[in-house]
Amino acid sequence: MKKKHHLTLGVITFLVYVFLIGPLLIIMASSFGEQNALVFPGKGFTLKWYQQVFQMRSFINSAVLSIEIALAATAIALLLGVPAAYAMNRYRFPGKNLIKTMFLSPVLIPCIVLGFIMLRYVISRWNLSVIPSLLIGHTLLSIPYVMRVVTSSLANFDFAMEEAAGSLGAARGYTFFHIVLPNIRSGIASACVMAVINSFNNVSLSTFLTAPGITMLPIEIMGYVEYHFDPTIAALATIMMLVTLGVMLLIEKTLGLQSVV
Amino acid sequence: MTSRMRKSFWLLLVLPGSLFITVFMLIPLFSVVISTFFPESSFTLSNYSGLIRNVYFQQVFGRSVRLSLLSTLLCALLGFPCAYYISRYSKHKGIMMAFAVFPLFTSPVIRSFSWMVILGKKGIINQFLVASGLFARPQSLLYNEFSMTVGFVQLFLPQMILSLLGVMDSIPEDLTEAAGSLGATRFVSFLRIIFPLSVSGLVTGSVLVFTGCMTAYTTPQLLGATDTQVLSTMVYQYAMSLRDWTQASAIAVVMIVVTMLVSSVFNRLSRKINPLAA
Repeated sequence: MKKKHHLTLGVITFLVYVFLIGPLLIIMASSFGEQNALVFPGKGFTLKWYQQVFQMRSFINSAVLSIEIALAATAIALLLGVPAAYAMNRYRFPGKNLIKTMFLSPVLIPCIVLGFIMLRYVISRWNLSVIPSLLIGHTLLSIPYVMRVVTSSLANFDFAMEEAAGSLGAARGYTFFHIVLPNIRSGIASACVMAVINSFNNVSLSTFLTAPGITMLPIEIMGYVEYHFDPTIAALATIMMLVTLGVMLLIEKTLGLQSVV
Repeated sequence: MTSRMRKSFWLLLVLPGSLFITVFMLIPLFSVVISTFFPESSFTLSNYSGLIRNVYFQQVFGRSVRLSLLSTLLCALLGFPCAYYISRYSKHKGIMMAFAVFPLFTSPVIRSFSWMVILGKKGIINQFLVASGLFARPQSLLYNEFSMTVGFVQLFLPQMILSLLGVMDSIPEDLTEAAGSLGATRFVSFLRIIFPLSVSGLVTGSVLVFTGCMTAYTTPQLLGATDTQVLSTMVYQYAMSLRDWTQASAIAVVMIVVTMLVSSVFNRLSRKINPLAA
């Protein structure tokens, strides 16, 4: 069908997108201003705020920790979630729906509540230190993503292929790694992307679990902007947004953006 | 492998994850819930009756619900025409989707911070207000319910647009074409076909926005002030600053109940009213 044009709707959509994207562009633009205060439109052009970002140990350290926790938690979530998702699709067993709900449940509990109950029990009662607590908390955040995406890609997998391999003499483990896993590769990849981004950006869970000196990047930024208002944060935000754009391009080229949202 | 082992193989696959979730989430969660009913050894509702009578809690709860409802309404009003345009008229659907996803992937801290820059005393809005002569002095646009609402709407609008696009894209174009050939105007076919078929996406999106606003922490923390607390900042304050874990637990339980109630009731409704899913 030939698409007609609709001026009013087009203008509304444009304005809504200005509202969505505009603030982020303003941050990018103001990261190059020469003044010490963060203002838009800024004067002049400088890259000194970018230099400043890389000189701040607290940003670098917390960024490294954020990335490490996000990757490690996603890896653990895969180890716990993929076998369970496989069992859900492959076997019949009692209480299947209940168990599935359980694997999806961390997303039903508000993050701020999850952080609080972890503070009360995992940290205060069981005396776990910061890093293991963060790892456990972020794994809980990632499990639902793995469960949801992997079960839906396994739903499209034909288990007859597995039986065929079995009847030809392949061991069960061999079949899983050589037949099943390659077929759900893209599902696993998109679950990973979503889980890592979600974990990296998380504030409300981490804020209960971090300690002075051991903190995550978003928490560090929040603490910084409460007292300072200079373009350093704008520069850091711009770097983070460019990384996000890079990740999005990569997803679009490999999985297609549709598959992750 | 014996047939008995084969039969219970699923258990082996499900067990590690189930144990992890039970030990680190479900047991702590139930302990917190139960502790609010048994502050000492006997059962009591005093934690909740105290909370309900607490005027400050009433204000905070009211503010949370009010701002979440307002933000949901604004997201629906802004998101609906947008999604409709993208679904029916846009020639660059992929790019429009990408521009909705990009803010979704960007840290809420950065997105809230961008409003601190824009709405601040020296921000671009105040520059405009003063330069245009509308106001003699810069207005306080920040750290109040206005800035919080702006932050919420910008934070959750992409989710509304994406849920609406999900259902609108599944409406067959034949339907509107048929209506057109039978003499319906574009407006009538929108009202009688597109809108009723989109309501389920609108409900799903609204649930996401509402529960998101009710539980968001970063935005109210950065764009609000101490006199505009919401439930999530109150939980944080009671837990971390006041160390009053009994109160914090009761507020946390209220948050769980409200979000679960809203999402289960409305998601069921959304499934029931979606004629295309049936």
